[in-house]
Amino acid sequence: MKPAPFTYEAPTTLAEAVDVLGRYGDEAKVLAGGQSLVPVLALRLARFEALVDLNRVDELAYVREDDGAVVIGAMTRQATVEADPLVARSVPVLAEATRLIGHFQIRNRGTLGGSIAHGDPAAEYPAVVTALDATVTVAGPGGQRQIAATDLYDGPMTSTLSDDEILAAVSFPVWGPGSGFAVREMARREGDFATAGTVVGVTVADGKISRAAISLFGMGPVPLRARAAEAHLVGADASGLDLTEVGAAAVADVDPPSDVHASGRYRTRVASRLVARALESALQEANR
Amino acid sequence: MTDPHPITMTVNGQERSAIVEPRKTLADVLREDMRLTGTHLACEHGVCGACTVLLDGEAVRSCLVFGVQADGAEVTTVEGIAPAPGELSDVQAAFRDCHGLQCGFCTPGFVVSIHAFLEKNPSPSEEEIRSGLSGNLCRCTGYTGIVNAVRQVVRERAGGAPAGSPPNGEQPTEGPPTQGVPTIAGHAVTTLPSAP
Repeated sequence: MKPAPFTYEAPTTLAEAVDVLGRYGDEAKVLAGGQSLVPVLALRLARFEALVDLNRVDELAYVREDDGAVVIGAMTRQATVEADPLVARSVPVLAEATRLIGHFQIRNRGTLGGSIAHGDPAAEYPAVVTALDATVTVAGPGGQRQIAATDLYDGPMTSTLSDDEILAAVSFPVWGPGSGFAVREMARREGDFATAGTVVGVTVADGKISRAAISLFGMGPVPLRARAAEAHLVGADASGLDLTEVGAAAVADVDPPSDVHASGRYRTRVASRLVARALESALQEANR
Repeated sequence: MTDPHPITMTVNGQERSAIVEPRKTLADVLREDMRLTGTHLACEHGVCGACTVLLDGEAVRSCLVFGVQADGAEVTTVEGIAPAPGELSDVQAAFRDCHGLQCGFCTPGFVVSIHAFLEKNPSPSEEEIRSGLSGNLCRCTGYTGIVNAVRQVVRERAGGAPAGSPPNGEQPTEGPPTQGVPTIAGHAVTTLPSAP
């Protein structure tokens, strides 16, 4: 249960971190909060020639408002996100989802960017960025570029970042007035990864739904958007919706995995109910 | 640079130095280099919480932090939780009162976690207590004694009566099963000496 030997690099600026990472190519791994990476190393599921530790890169830890969006540095601890007043006001579902991550000891160390870059398909943050149409800023040798969250994942724990790039920040667009959100998940025990879960956002104007987003997690190799169900919602009357029908539509085209925790069929049934409940709660919040 | 790195940190108020391989976890540095074996290791991959310590005041799993990352940091282990050598913190005393431990292996992690938890939330609800304890595993107690210990500390810190001394002999409406039994120095005596 001890990691294999590695070279330890501790840059103090993002530029230096990109530089150091570039020297190793795919032989190095970026170390953020370490709450997923260190177990992987301890169990020897992976080994790297070097770890590039971002914990001393202070410029990557911040929460700020920027042109109608909330921008959060990659090394912002989950516990900070959970308690941040700007997040609570402008991206409340992010704070709500954070409380479902692991335990408080994990959130004290775990980071926003680490979880999103790791891309566990059953994790909360990847589903939040997918639902909210967030944008990720990555830094590499050629400078910075933006990736839409919906283009961020290739497969389980595989992002579209290249080996020499570092996830630097995440930008969450602030939805307008009349919006409501909810996250719901089912896990066997508190703090476990979700068997199935969903993040829902809606905007209601003049009693009609003008914007809807539904993402599903634990339901496939990457966080999924339930586009058909969203299309069904947009333009619909916000009251008198058949929530069960929307839930069923959200999982109609999904083929979730079967594993020791749950069969795919069970996941489908759970996710369908969770979408209905999350939507109900999001609509209530939107109408407030 | 897989070579050992020199590190210095403040552990339980004392400055301590060591030369450690980067792959050595903070838990192993504390146990092997600092000889502080109160921090226990069970799963070694972040599931059980037995290795919980305070890193710059925040509870973390010390098996998921490398020793080199703690260079310059302030660390508090279970050895630094008690007010003085030979004394118990209120959380430790409550564990004894409420049968919050049996084998005791998980206890240091619980004690550190509970101190951190109550620091942030001094008057937790029943549900919040259970949620706050969810990051630590205990295979002996079934958790009831541990939950009772947390409730006792919450009551005591709020100025309530400690275990074993309900005001004016009133029956407590809730509390550990040891309430009302004889006490020594304010702590319940639940194991009577056997007859010679």
